Amino acid sequence: MLDMYSPGTSVLHRLTPGPKIFALMGLGTALFLTESTYVVAGALMCVLALYRLAALSLRQVWNQIRPVLWLLILFFALQWWLSGPMLAAFVVLRLATLLLLAGLVTLTSRASDMIDAISHGLKFLRPIGVNPAKVGLAISLTLRFIPVLAQVTAEVREAQKVRGLERSVIALALPVAIRTLKMAEDISDAIDARGFKS
Amino acid sequence: MIEIRNVSHSFGDQPILHDISLTLSERRIAIVGANGSGKSTFARLLNGLLLPTSGEVLVDGINTEKDGKHVRAKVGFVFQNPDNQIVFPVVEEDLAFGMKNLGFSKETIEEKTVEILTRYDMNHLREHPAHLLSGGQKQLLAIAGVLVMDPAYLVLDEPTTLLDLRNKRRVAAALDALEQTVILASHDLDLIADYDRVLVFENGQVVIDDVPTNAIPAYEKLMS
Amino acid sequence: MNTKSIVYIALFAALTAALGLFPPVAFAGLGLPPITAQSLGVMLAGAILGARRGALAMLLFVVLVAVGLPLLSGGRGGFGVFLSGSGGFLLAWPLSAYVIGWLLQRYKGANFAMQCLFVSYGGILVMYAIGVPWMAVIAKLELSKAMTIMLAYIPGDLIKVVIATIIARGVRKALPNI
Repeated sequence: MLDMYSPGTSVLHRLTPGPKIFALMGLGTALFLTESTYVVAGALMCVLALYRLAALSLRQVWNQIRPVLWLLILFFALQWWLSGPMLAAFVVLRLATLLLLAGLVTLTSRASDMIDAISHGLKFLRPIGVNPAKVGLAISLTLRFIPVLAQVTAEVREAQKVRGLERSVIALALPVAIRTLKMAEDISDAIDARGFKS
Repeated sequence: MIEIRNVSHSFGDQPILHDISLTLSERRIAIVGANGSGKSTFARLLNGLLLPTSGEVLVDGINTEKDGKHVRAKVGFVFQNPDNQIVFPVVEEDLAFGMKNLGFSKETIEEKTVEILTRYDMNHLREHPAHLLSGGQKQLLAIAGVLVMDPAYLVLDEPTTLLDLRNKRRVAAALDALEQTVILASHDLDLIADYDRVLVFENGQVVIDDVPTNAIPAYEKLMS
Repeated sequence: MNTKSIVYIALFAALTAALGLFPPVAFAGLGLPPITAQSLGVMLAGAILGARRGALAMLLFVVLVAVGLPLLSGGRGGFGVFLSGSGGFLLAWPLSAYVIGWLLQRYKGANFAMQCLFVSYGGILVMYAIGVPWMAVIAKLELSKAMTIMLAYIPGDLIKVVIATIIARGVRKALPNI
């Protein structure tokens, strides 16, 4: 559910996430500095070529765009109305390019590698009290908790159904919160038991 | 050898354990007792997860209060609910967690990961999301995650309570095969029938301390 | 920061993600921020964990979204999110949680109505103060127009404020040592 990673062996897959994230930031900024529709259209072509290079399908390209399709249409209509078709095309192409670029990083990097890269990248914040190991742990735990929470919620919902309370948000959320907070105490013990220094 | 010297423990003003003194040197030690008898608290004192309110716990001569890190490397701990013990989303990442904390090298981590997954017939699950494992596999992963840290002792707090019979047997077999000293808190009396020593807890005290053939009937009588 | 705090922070980041599993209600022109249960997570993080840990939980969530995890309702994620209409609201989350936590800690004896007010201060006022201008810039709307549109969200947000306050009080009662 969480990892949007699409397994592969391309150059982009083999690259560590660090350079990919930096490239994404750099190109994203560059796209906001240019005013030329042709440059943006060219960039879009390049990004599509990179999808090709990573052996990703058109379907995966579409999957990146689909969630914000309505937004793109709205922006397009709004800009056409305000300033004409050229600017409308420019804004929408730029946004689509950025989304595809961001999606490319996600599709070719495993979440765990990405997290390692973030923890590594945070090392320069050590002097102001940021501990990369703790950040890394927090990230992993978050990913670990999401399915657990979904499961606990399903269990509590079932229990409340028996009592006719399944429609009450509070009857659902309060027990879920209390149960998971108690679980958090156990997990914290388990982490310490396995030698994590805090 | 784990020495418990005049240990008492209380949460706030609520006393849990009263003045316990024991020397644990057998290979297989069981802790039984009703819910709330203090056995979970006792188990947590053995690796410094909890510190005694008074008295001291020594693991091979090391005080749990003074050198908690060293003690935790020696004494592995397995919890009742593996869901609360698995820290990482993917099997291999979770196995690596404890080893990374101990500063093992990448090669050692790889080697031990392969070794333990082979031992528990879970090689195909290496990159599997941990939350999709079966209950038995989760508990084996929890045990594996502790064993890769090379502990000399393994303390388990009701590791089979949430499992079905087949998985219970699988975990029991895994425990039997361990060369480490095992200290097992459990409600499963058939699991501990061939243990070397049974400690029965009642109201925060050890009321029976004997071999299973004597201790188990006495415990059953106590509970009836 | 002790281990328990790290676990709590991760738990509330995850809780906010899990709240995204409830389907969002998109309306009022589909480019606008959808109504989701996720801002409930922001309020709960601030109200239950307190200012610092609540803010860190939300910061963690925002970072995870930024690197591309699909944690927002409707499976959205990635840098692109910040460029959509709801980007500013998302960026406001850590500050929102901080303000809620700070107010509740500062005025510990407050009654239910006051606590609701504190939660809405962070969960509505702070969030809108950042989110609405952001949306106005991204969608090139006039600020006044953007604000008018946002009025439609107020009733839903007020309900979330009450729910969050009730849950936070319940949790505090059950687990006073968080």
